[in-house]
Amino acid sequence: MAAMSSDSGSIFQSKLVRYYGLFTLGFLALTVIILLLEISVGLSQGLIAGIYMVLTFGLYAVIGVATRTKALDEYYVAGRSVPAVFNGMATGADWMSAASFLSMAGTLWGIGYDGMAYIMGWTGGYVLLALLFAPYIRKFGQYTIPDFVGARFGSNSARVVAAVMAIIVSFTYVTAQVVGVGLVMQRVLGLDYGLGVILGLGGVLFCSFLGGMKAVTWTQVAQYVILIVAYLIPPIFMSVKLLGNPLPQLAYGQALQQIIQLEAQQNVAKKYVEPFNEPLSNAGAIAAIRQANGFFGTAMATPAPVTITDWRSTPWDFLALTFCLMAGTAGLPHILIRFYTVPSIKESRRSVFWSLFFIFLLYVTAPAYATLSRLTILKDVVGLSLTKEKAANGREVTTAIGADGKPLAWVTKMSSIGLMTIADANNDNKLQFSELTINNDLIVLSTPEIAGLPYTIAALVAAGGLAAALSTADGLLVVIASSIAHDIYFKTVNPKAKPTTRMNLGKGMIVVAAALTALLALPQLALVAQMVAWAFSLAASTLFPIVLLGIFWRRANFQGAMAGMVGGLIVTLWYLVNNYLNPANNIMGLSHLSSGVFGMIANFTLMIVVSLLTAPPPKAIQEMVDQLRNPVGEMSEGGEMIHGH
Amino acid sequence: MSKSKVQEYWQRNLRLIVILLVIWALISYGAALIAPALNNIVILGFPLGYWFGSQGSLIGFVLLIYAYAKIMNKMDDEYHIADTDTQKLTKTEEKVKIRKN
Repeated sequence: MAAMSSDSGSIFQSKLVRYYGLFTLGFLALTVIILLLEISVGLSQGLIAGIYMVLTFGLYAVIGVATRTKALDEYYVAGRSVPAVFNGMATGADWMSAASFLSMAGTLWGIGYDGMAYIMGWTGGYVLLALLFAPYIRKFGQYTIPDFVGARFGSNSARVVAAVMAIIVSFTYVTAQVVGVGLVMQRVLGLDYGLGVILGLGGVLFCSFLGGMKAVTWTQVAQYVILIVAYLIPPIFMSVKLLGNPLPQLAYGQALQQIIQLEAQQNVAKKYVEPFNEPLSNAGAIAAIRQANGFFGTAMATPAPVTITDWRSTPWDFLALTFCLMAGTAGLPHILIRFYTVPSIKESRRSVFWSLFFIFLLYVTAPAYATLSRLTILKDVVGLSLTKEKAANGREVTTAIGADGKPLAWVTKMSSIGLMTIADANNDNKLQFSELTINNDLIVLSTPEIAGLPYTIAALVAAGGLAAALSTADGLLVVIASSIAHDIYFKTVNPKAKPTTRMNLGKGMIVVAAALTALLALPQLALVAQMVAWAFSLAASTLFPIVLLGIFWRRANFQGAMAGMVGGLIVTLWYLVNNYLNPANNIMGLSHLSSGVFGMIANFTLMIVVSLLTAPPPKAIQEMVDQLRNPVGEMSEGGEMIHGH
Repeated sequence: MSKSKVQEYWQRNLRLIVILLVIWALISYGAALIAPALNNIVILGFPLGYWFGSQGSLIGFVLLIYAYAKIMNKMDDEYHIADTDTQKLTKTEEKVKIRKN
C-alpha cells in the first residue's frame, strides 16, 4: 500500500470512502433496529449492551488483523499513505479522548461559561498546529518528535530529554483513558471495574501490537464514526423533547434563556452563562492526597482548605488556561506525529483542516449537550420531593420522588455508588439546585437515562465513550513504544540495531507500557485525572517553544533548547505544586492548571538569551532549517534515514 | 527554486501566518475579554459572549485553517511546486524494498 502512484491513490481513496460510508450507514441502521426491538419486544438491557460491545470490539479486531504489518514505515507512520480526510478522522479520534467525550460536557454542565476555556483551547490549538507546525513536520519526514528535536539541535541529549517528556505526557494520558474505559464498563455495562480495564487494554493491545500506526489509523477512522454518532444522537433526542427542534446546536439558545429564568427563580448562586466566576480552591488536592493515603497506607499531610475569591470576575485565569490548552495541544507528541503519516506537505495542510472539522462536530455539540442536560435537571429534577430509600447495594440514600410518585431509579442508583449526593440543607424535603452534587464525569453517560431516553441510547453512548478512550490509548501506546524503541534505543544506545530488532523492541514496549498502565489505572486515583490537565501545561512549557523556535528562528541552538526545556519544566512544576497545595500562592489569580504560561515564558526567555550568548548552530543545521522552509525537494537527512534501513 | 524566490515565498508565508494569528487571537482571547459585555446582546437566545466561546470562535478556527491550506496550496502552484512528494517518497521506499530483497 505504501508504494502507489497517484492513480491507484485515488482508487484507494474512493474504495475507502465506500467502505467507511457503508460502515456508517450500517452502524446507524443497527442502532435503529436495536431501538425498535427494544421498544417493540423489550430487548433486555444486557443483550443490547452485549450486541454493541461484541460488534464494536469485533470490528476493531478485524481491522487490526487485516492491517497487520511487518514494515517499519507502516508500523510507525502508516506508510505515509493516509489521505487527508481519513488522517483527519483518525486524528480526531486520536485527539478526542475520554476527557473530551465523557468529562468535557460534564464540566460545562457544572461551571458553565468558564468551561469554554476547554472548548476553545482544545480546538484553537489546531490553528497553531496548522500554521506553525504541520507542514514543517511533514517536510522533515521522519518518525517521531524527538527525531525532530534531536536533528534540529544536533544532539542526542536533546533527543532523550524530548523523548522522556513525550513518555511522561503520554503515560499520564493513556492511564486516564484506561480509567475511562473501566468506568464506562462499570457504570453502563455493569462489569467489574478491574475486568473492564483488562478487557479495554486487551482491545487496545490487539490493534497496536499487530499493526502499529497503520492498524491504529484505520481502526481510529471507524472509532471516529462510532463516537461521533454516539455523541450527536442524545442531544438530538433531548432537543426534540425539550425544544421541539431536531438541531440542538442551533436551538439551544432557547434552552439558555430558560436556564437564565429558572436560575433567577431558584436563586442559583453561580450563573450558567456568566463568565469568570470560578474561585481558586485546593479541595481537589486535599481529596487526592486523602485518597492516595487510603490506598497506599501512607500518611501524607493534607493542606488546610483554602478558597480564594479575590480574582473572581477577572478574565486572567480563563485566558491563561485557554492559552496553555492551545499551546499544549499543538505540542502534544501523539498529535504532532500525525503529520508524518500523510503523503505530502499540501496534504498535511488539508489534513489539519479535516482534523479540526471532525473535532469541531463534537466540540460544538458539547455545550448543547451540557445545556440541555442542565435544563433537564433545573426543570424536571429540582423541586422534587425527597425521601430516604434503601438502594440495591444496601446503602440508605436520599432520593427524589418522580412524577409517578415513586423514587427515581437513577437517583437512587447513582447516590448509592457515591456519584451523586443530595443533602437537604434546609430540611424542607424539596430538592434545591445547591443541594445536588453530581460527579461531572457522569453527565454524558447518565443524561440519556436522566432524560428518560431508551436504554439503546445509553448503550450507544457507552460504545462511543469506549471508542473515544480506546482510540486515544492506541495512538499513545504507539508514541510510548516509538520513543523507547526508536528515539532512546535505536538513535542513542544502539544505532546499528536491525529493523526487525527495532520492531520487536517496539512491540515489546507496547506490552510493557500497557501492563504499567493497567497497574496505574486500577487504583483509580483522582490524581491521574489531574495529571492529564497538567500534561497540557507540561507540553506547552517544554515541547511547544523548542519546536516553534526550532522552525522559525534559525539562530536557536542546542544550549538554548536545553536551557529552555529544563527551565520551562522547573518553573511550571514549581508554580503548579505551590498553587495546587495552597491557592493563596498565585499570580493574578492563575490556577495550577494554567501554570504552563509561566513555564512557557521562562522557556522562550532562556532559549533566546542562552542561544544568543552561545555560538550559532553549525552551518549544516542552519541549512536544514532553510530546507524545512523550502517546500521543494526532500530533506537530505530524512532521505538518509529512509535509505538507512 | 532560486534563493530569492525561496526568500520571497517564506516572507509571504510569514505575512499570512501573522494575519491569520491576529484574527485567531481576536475571536478567542479578544471575545473572551469582553464576554461579560457581549452577553448583553442576545441573538436567537444565545448571549453573544457565550456564543463566541461555544460556537463563534470554533467556526472561526475551522475557517482560518481552511483559508491557510487553500491560500498556501495555491501559492505552491504559483511557485510551481507540484504535489509530487508522494512519488518521490515512493521511489525512495521502492529503493529500500529493492535493498531489502
